[in-house]
Amino acid sequence: MIKNISNLGDAALYCDFGNEVNKSINSEVIKYFKTIKEKKFEGINNLTPSYNKLIISYDLKKTNFKEVKNYVENINAEDSIDINSKKLEIPVCCHENFSMDIKRLEEILNLSREKILENFLNKEYFCYMTGFIAGMPFLGDLDENMRAQRLETPRVKVPKGSVALTEQFANIYTFESPGGWNILGNTPLDVFDSSKEDKPNLINPGDTVIFKEITLDQYKNYNE
Amino acid sequence: MSSNYLDIIRPGINTTFQDKGRDHLYHIGIPFSGAMDNRNYLIANKLVNNNLDSAVIEFAYQGPHIKYSGEKINFAVTGDVIFSIKKKDTEIEGKCYESYQIENGDEINIISTNKSVYGYLSLGGEFDLKFQWNSCSINTKANIGSNDGKKLNLGQRINLKKINSNKDIKKTNYINTKIENIRVIKGTNFDYFSEEGKKIFYEKQFTVSKLSDRMGMRLEGPKIDNIVNTNIKSEGLIKGVIQVPADGNPIIMLSDHGTIGGYPKIGVVASVDYDRLVQMSPGSKIKFKEINLSDAETLFKLYEMKTQNLLSQI
Repeated sequence: MIKNISNLGDAALYCDFGNEVNKSINSEVIKYFKTIKEKKFEGINNLTPSYNKLIISYDLKKTNFKEVKNYVENINAEDSIDINSKKLEIPVCCHENFSMDIKRLEEILNLSREKILENFLNKEYFCYMTGFIAGMPFLGDLDENMRAQRLETPRVKVPKGSVALTEQFANIYTFESPGGWNILGNTPLDVFDSSKEDKPNLINPGDTVIFKEITLDQYKNYNE
Repeated sequence: MSSNYLDIIRPGINTTFQDKGRDHLYHIGIPFSGAMDNRNYLIANKLVNNNLDSAVIEFAYQGPHIKYSGEKINFAVTGDVIFSIKKKDTEIEGKCYESYQIENGDEINIISTNKSVYGYLSLGGEFDLKFQWNSCSINTKANIGSNDGKKLNLGQRINLKKINSNKDIKKTNYINTKIENIRVIKGTNFDYFSEEGKKIFYEKQFTVSKLSDRMGMRLEGPKIDNIVNTNIKSEGLIKGVIQVPADGNPIIMLSDHGTIGGYPKIGVVASVDYDRLVQMSPGSKIKFKEINLSDAETLFKLYEMKTQNLLSQI
């Protein structure tokens, strides 16, 4: 349930679902997100679900805070569309060509490379949200012993396809971008494809992702 | 092949096609984009008898130098811009907010914006552009939009699909007002900052940094001290949000911003001041002034009425 609604500036509603990050709170956020998206309220022009918040942006020429708040407070998200999620397998190559931060992770986590990969691969992760850059999925939760902080100095360029970790989350850089997450491997899959306008994102909030290891040869031949 | 086109002799620093932008895509990580200064964008289209949501060429600081080939067409430049028009052997200085007619072989040279950032070049017709999600706005970070999502380049040719039959010359007397006070609404993490930090935010001057672009405007000045946590759990952003990272220097999210961020939000720029905010060039001084939500709504309504009035007089 939404615990509190406030305004974020004069053209957005800030819906607070709590402070914890977990699947059940996030599922509530996604439920509201999908319900509101489906109903197409006049004036609402964007929705941003995240771990435990939902931001609803609106066109101030068409509506205002009071109207949108009133609308959201009276929505029944309970009996709405179910989350309708997919389960996806993502191939990832953790060859040293790609795993730029493996040494750093070994040190911080005090685990061997083999152990880190064993902990990371073949497990189900939940997609809490997508964004920051187009299509980037925020996946969780990593095991307690796999949690590392961001790099002190972010990289100016993280290669496209990088699979990276920070705190209890994993993500995938959908295109080359600056970034400070710990890079563990790389996927040959196109996780974001702007030519598919109706479905540019491979992974969407509510989906489940499992990383499967591939070899460097398999990586190279993947798109052939 | 189109017989009406532009050749880019010099592209300028950050020259892109922009229109109204694209909505309903924050949840997949795609921001609005669109013309930074919406009022000047609309006026540019109106001056050349275009639909108000047509694509224009947006430039920052130094603009493009272009050569036109084809049948007669009108163009206009809006913003605070220095430019010239070269016809055969004569070169005249252009005036913003007036439309001009050019013909085969004429050149438009947009030299620079004057103590501002963005300017707009509209042509009376329709560029032949690719649309993505109902917009041709170029987002160079995600390579989305027309021109493969890249800024305009040297030697490039841009075709026009259509030229307006209405070639009436138009003019308006609009003056871009410059403001020093940017009105803001308290952010959702306002209480993360020390009493001293809050005071600094509203009372001290900040300087616009050179590290500003269509994604964000970085400010420099007295540091704003955070007493709670310099990170929050990542959550959605909108344009105008002022985040303060650990170094204490505010960053204002602009039209091509990342859709999710994890720095505390001290404030949000009121919509009424957005068009003027984006025009503040590096080195400009900014002071924030707090207003409440209902004043922000009223001020925006007035601003919007003024925009509609300006457009109806053209």
